[in-house]
Amino acid sequence: MSYIPGQPVSVVVQRIEIQKLRDGDNLILGFSIGGGIDQDSNQNPFSEDKTDKGIYVTRVSKGGPAEVAGLRIGDKIMQVNGWDMTMVTHDQARKKLTKKNEDVVRLLVTRRSLEDVVRQSMMQQPTH
Amino acid sequence: MIIGQRQRCRSILSGHSASKIDSLRSKVELLKLPLTLSSKSISERKAQLGATTERSRGGAGVHKPRPTAPDMDNESQYSGYSYKSSHSRSSRKHRDRRDRHRSKSRDGSSRGDKSVTIHAPGEPLLDAESTRGDDRDDNWGETTTVVTGTSEHSVSNEDLTRASKELEDSSPLECRRFAGPILSGILGLFALLTPLAFLLLPQLLWRDSLEPCGTPCEGLYVSLAFKLLVLLISSWALFFRPSRATLPRFFVFRCLLMALVFLFVASYWLFYGVRVLEPRERDYRGIVGYAVSLVDALLFIQYLALVLLEVRHLRPAFCLKVVRTTDGASRFYNVGHLSIQRAAVWVLDHYYTDFTVYNPALLNLPKSILSKKMSGFKVYSLGEENSTNNSTGQSRAMIAAAARRRDNSHNEYYYEEAEMERRIRKRKARLVVAVEEAFTHIKRLQEDEAASSPKHPREVMDPREAAQAIFAPMARAMQKYLRTTRQQPYHSMESIIAHLQFCITHNMTPKAFLERYLSPGPTMQYQRENGRGRQWTLVSEEPVTSALRQGQVFSLRRLDFALVVTVTPLPFLNLGEEFIDPKSHKFVMRLQSETSV
Repeated sequence: MSYIPGQPVSVVVQRIEIQKLRDGDNLILGFSIGGGIDQDSNQNPFSEDKTDKGIYVTRVSKGGPAEVAGLRIGDKIMQVNGWDMTMVTHDQARKKLTKKNEDVVRLLVTRRSLEDVVRQSMMQQPTH
Repeated sequence: MIIGQRQRCRSILSGHSASKIDSLRSKVELLKLPLTLSSKSISERKAQLGATTERSRGGAGVHKPRPTAPDMDNESQYSGYSYKSSHSRSSRKHRDRRDRHRSKSRDGSSRGDKSVTIHAPGEPLLDAESTRGDDRDDNWGETTTVVTGTSEHSVSNEDLTRASKELEDSSPLECRRFAGPILSGILGLFALLTPLAFLLLPQLLWRDSLEPCGTPCEGLYVSLAFKLLVLLISSWALFFRPSRATLPRFFVFRCLLMALVFLFVASYWLFYGVRVLEPRERDYRGIVGYAVSLVDALLFIQYLALVLLEVRHLRPAFCLKVVRTTDGASRFYNVGHLSIQRAAVWVLDHYYTDFTVYNPALLNLPKSILSKKMSGFKVYSLGEENSTNNSTGQSRAMIAAAARRRDNSHNEYYYEEAEMERRIRKRKARLVVAVEEAFTHIKRLQEDEAASSPKHPREVMDPREAAQAIFAPMARAMQKYLRTTRQQPYHSMESIIAHLQFCITHNMTPKAFLERYLSPGPTMQYQRENGRGRQWTLVSEEPVTSALRQGQVFSLRRLDFALVVTVTPLPFLNLGEEFIDPKSHKFVMRLQSETSV
């Protein structure tokens, strides 16, 4: 998941579609994010590369829409509804997730285990 | 009657420690007397007792001259202390004045509160308000239950003190004020003329047999002249400048220095007489050197005086907290090592410029608030025998009831304060607007305008007339404002017009004109007469020439308020050092937010 500046990033992503839950006047998704280009990336416990200033999922509330949809703690969010999340500030990420006129968010997330799964399956593949 | 008895006993009890046993003995003896209503018998017995105790005490507590023995039976005698408290029924000022007299005659002893007077110059001994007439009040005894009888031939102590006090009062205070400087002036003159005398006497007496002395002598003459000039100027500066206050006790350092100077000069004269005048010394250069050495010694004494009188108290060592008793206005000052009386003068100097003027009208809560508290319960006693027990029971019941009752006076105080503030602000706004408007009515006449405007003949006014012209529109607003802030006794119409004239002359804006009235200024601003001094009384438990120490408290009393001064030493400062490299200022981002969505 490390990136080289100027080169396109290629990762294995999972599509997750979360239905926002209406709680009174708010629409909640049920998870917390951390990170951003204006934050200190050294304190991110979930990233392998401490220079990675992407948006990470730091907490998933139990039984909320995010957990139901398959979001796990430690996921890095790459896109939200088509908007890029790899080079945004923390506040911009929050705004993209909490738009009031959208009922559903479609995320592209990546995690370490996805990479491992794909590599494993690729290693098993050449026997064919 | 019993009260009189008890007070007598108490008065005897308050005696000196040296004569405590005697006083106890006298108390025991007095109690053995039958409790009769005959005042004369008690005074007689007391007189007899007084005679015995006086003799046995050896005059430790006695300061008034006693008349001869045969008269003792008929007169009232007082020991030094019972005299003070047996007059507790009379006016307190009476007693205070006697205290003052007694403390003057007894230096250095400290027992209980002493009050000594600091007179600023030019002040008559007593204010107009103090009841000098009490001295003549012969009838104070009528209101007491025990009247001590005196026969026509005897002179009671009261008369004696009254006579001596009159003697003291009649010689005006100014004499005492000048006695010190005159004495030191004579001594200083004597000291200054001594070296000249040393030089001149051999020349006059045995000129022919003196050895001629060349250039070294001339050099010594010049240096002698210069040093004498310096001595003259500095002794004027240190000792003879008119002081601004008269202190109650001697100025210890000054007395010490005068004694030192006298000692020096006397010993030099002694040696001169023995070694030079007698054997007719011929070495003139030695004599000149002797005179120069005297002048050097005097210069060193001057230096010592400079340090003791002027420099020692410049370095701050104590912090004085000055609180005014009537309204709690307080200040903190840093002073150096001073005696109590000098510190008092210092504090008063600063009081006149730092403290806002004391306005007795601003002190009390409005009556409407306080009066509500007073309405208590009426308690009736149904004629029981033990009246004392009942009274304490009554008062306790009243206190408990008053505590239980809900007290809403704080509410009223709050609203009253808010209302007062609003009123003041409203009046102040009106005043400011009126003054601004009034000031727009006049303007300064430029010189060229006067020449080049013959068409508009304006009336040219001098400042006083201009002030009077614009005073009229603002007078009402000003008066109302002053009345609301209770300042009207301090500003008469005449003074306001004078101030207005002053401001106009100096091109001041309306705001500058108003600054005098919008906030109460220091007391100096309201001094009317310059010649009259201010009388303050210094009350202290220790002799007023003692140096300041931690924890001392003394107070400066005026007729209707007092300043209480507390002394604390300044803390010792431990100053450390830390070096910071300018390159070591580095920063990192510390943001780590987590937002839940």
